Amino acid sequence: MTKLNSKIPEGPLDKKWDKHKLNIKLVSPANKEKLNIIVVGTGLAGSSAAASLAELGYNVKIFCFQDSPRRAHSIAAQGGINAAKNYQNDNDSVSRLFYDTIKGGDFRSREANTYRLAQLSGAIIDQSVAQGVPFARDYAGYLDNRSFGGTLVSRTFYARGQTGQQLLLGAYGALNRQIHTEKIKMFPNREMLDLVKIDGKARGIIVRNLITGKIEKYGAHAVVIASGGYANVFCLSTNAMGSNAGCIWQAYKKGAFFSNPGFVQIHPTCIPVHGEQQSKLTLMSESLRNDGRIWVPKDKTRAEKLRKSKTPASDATKISEDQRDYYLERRYPAYGNLVPRDVASRAAKERCDADFGVNASGNAVFLDFKHAIKKLGKKEIEKRYGNLFDMYYKLTADNPYEAPMQIYPAAHYTMGGSWVDYNLMTTIPGLYSIGEANFSDHGANRLGASALMQGLADGYFILPYTIGDYLANDINTPAIDINTPEFDEATKNVENRIDKLLSIDGSKTVDFFHKELYNIMWNHVGISRNKEGLKKAIALIKKLKEDFWKDLKIPKEKHTVNQELEKAGRVADFIELSELMAKDALSRNESCGGHFREDFQTDEGEALRDDSNYTYVSAWEYKGKDEEPIMHKENLIFENINLSKRSYK
Amino acid sequence: MNFTLKIWRQKDAKSKGCFKIYNVSDINSDTTFLEMLDILNNRLVLEGKEEPVAFAHDCREGICGMCGLFINGRANGPDSGVTACQLMMRKFKDGDTITVEPWRAKPFPVVKDLIVDRSAFDKILQVGGYISVNTGSAQEANTLLISQKNAEEAFDAAACIGCGACVATCKNSSAMLFVASKISHLARLPQGKIEAVERAKNMVAKMDELGFGGCSNTGACSVECPKNISLSHIAKLNREFIKAKFKK
Repeated sequence: MTKLNSKIPEGPLDKKWDKHKLNIKLVSPANKEKLNIIVVGTGLAGSSAAASLAELGYNVKIFCFQDSPRRAHSIAAQGGINAAKNYQNDNDSVSRLFYDTIKGGDFRSREANTYRLAQLSGAIIDQSVAQGVPFARDYAGYLDNRSFGGTLVSRTFYARGQTGQQLLLGAYGALNRQIHTEKIKMFPNREMLDLVKIDGKARGIIVRNLITGKIEKYGAHAVVIASGGYANVFCLSTNAMGSNAGCIWQAYKKGAFFSNPGFVQIHPTCIPVHGEQQSKLTLMSESLRNDGRIWVPKDKTRAEKLRKSKTPASDATKISEDQRDYYLERRYPAYGNLVPRDVASRAAKERCDADFGVNASGNAVFLDFKHAIKKLGKKEIEKRYGNLFDMYYKLTADNPYEAPMQIYPAAHYTMGGSWVDYNLMTTIPGLYSIGEANFSDHGANRLGASALMQGLADGYFILPYTIGDYLANDINTPAIDINTPEFDEATKNVENRIDKLLSIDGSKTVDFFHKELYNIMWNHVGISRNKEGLKKAIALIKKLKEDFWKDLKIPKEKHTVNQELEKAGRVADFIELSELMAKDALSRNESCGGHFREDFQTDEGEALRDDSNYTYVSAWEYKGKDEEPIMHKENLIFENINLSKRSYK
Repeated sequence: MNFTLKIWRQKDAKSKGCFKIYNVSDINSDTTFLEMLDILNNRLVLEGKEEPVAFAHDCREGICGMCGLFINGRANGPDSGVTACQLMMRKFKDGDTITVEPWRAKPFPVVKDLIVDRSAFDKILQVGGYISVNTGSAQEANTLLISQKNAEEAFDAAACIGCGACVATCKNSSAMLFVASKISHLARLPQGKIEAVERAKNMVAKMDELGFGGCSNTGACSVECPKNISLSHIAKLNREFIKAKFKK
């Protein structure tokens, strides 16, 4: 039944990428200059791809909804980027990074893609250093590393707690250089609202100019989506306020299959929700788990006292060691506080659900640096995490040098996304999806410091080669004419949708609906799910969708900045996508990675995977507005590793 | 907490703006400044009498550099070392009147209400705020040794978020701290030295061309910088710029 061709090359795992590169077609320098490529999104994947494509000679148009490409949310990634350099001589290798990533993803990703990612990891570090990224160094001037969750080696390169910022500024520099040479034309303040297909191929996009409100059309020989993930379905997430699913969702509706929508990463260490007026959640880097220890009181009455206290953090310092439950160290002695994110998140929820939570809402655990400060000194801790500690202090008014941080899981990253083949092309010819926007490398759970690695591998080293294989057949196609019925129709659809949103004139704001959606998704499609809850979520989402289109109220101004209109379009997409997420989660009768089904767990409360029935990638096909989508399956074939129980004990 | 807000309203770049007064009530002290504006905006939308207040924002964790407001005459208000999205309402007193304006600088024209056009910053970086290395031509990373001191100092400069608080604070609307942060970041690294002279020359020329004012070393930019970028980077810029002059 499957229509999916992953195009994974034959041959031994470590030779696949080399062999593939040799077999794919090349485009001559002269022909590259005649070809135009659209890139949507300027994060790590988009900027690195655009710059690299322009260096090769292609003409690139790149779009972002922010006022500058430097503001894409990759900028907020904190902890680091993995690479199998083995600089620490701790027996790291490409094979080990590959294995850790596959295991971290709970054996739900492609061997070939993940291996390629590990192979390319080292070159990313080389490239970034050459661009001037100021990675941390030791006293002799060599690059430093630290550990991250889900691994037993130190392979994470970092620039204090702002690694994403520094890597993005490196890619942004490369982008700027090409803008200066006019090989790239930059379009900020634009939001993609539709994809244009001609003869079945992706040939352009429709965007709204967020300053003037004008609907604009752009054509190209190929379109690359690099618009990030959709964790902002949960309005209280670590994503930026503008992070949206628009591009991949419009692409889905135009025929790009959507894979594993239900695989969401809930990050264990975020500052807990503090009240009704909150707009987003702030991440505290995973790197803190290198030296911080996570605990709750052993005694329920003690926890209850903390929940009633006005100063739970400072009260906690008085709780003696024998009264503390370092529950990750207890449950997972091998990895301790460095278990992967999904495991740590579930364990925190488990303790809080059992009434051991330590703040007023009962949804918080402690992350404590007492021992690390005693062992390494305050100065060393300040050097390692100073900016994170300062941020925590600014936001909460609690000083983490003196009392433990309070943390709780929050939606952070989405492993699902557009289905892509080994060339990173979606099921629409000429439409590519890279970085977090695709599904390809992380399976059911992404390891920390691997998102930056994937975004840059896709943008610097994979897409610039693979896109040539498609464009080589397009060298005789002249520049795409935007005055065609296809472009006009897409423009009209976009305008109609905007007019519809503006004309509802109901009684509730966009934020109201986004929060309602959050409640449904967090309770039923969040850290843990079950059959009944998912069914309930689907019904609730359907009802919410109706209410949204009946009762939304936004300002009517169309030809100016209208931030409520922008949000409305994004939330309308999120509501539709949420339903698919719940359906996907309901269809997968097993627990794997971030997808934890309460109805599929071991006696010890660990995930129960079902390899005989669910070793596949789901790929959903849109069938029309009121039609049920169809799920296709790409079976995952493991030739090089044994599917084992994912244990961190 | 209750507040009276005096907010700059301006329809678009061509229209004249003015202050309007709004009251907000029942604000939790743990709410951020931007969340307080969200609350006001939700009310304005429901009332339907006037447009909500347009303001730029995105990451809301102090790193994207998109937000930036002049609050009570200071870039990002009374706290130091924070962006507007990290300014907590507990930094104000119950009943305060708070004045909110956009960045005021000729090279940053107002787009609408509190949003300004900062594309001039991108334009400065486009003429040289990078190392000209093509993808694929980099050497093995550890063959390039950089002392910890240099790497840390380069990082201090590279931490700039491009928000424009320095320009908005400077009485001359100078972009020296912004330009210096990039020049100093790259000039402290061996791989950035090769183009250092051209970079300084081109970026400073672009800054002047775009209408940013000169630096008179008062240091207000550094005091108000949400990332605490040190004035010493301007000294480094001056040094690089003078070197460029002599090399000519």
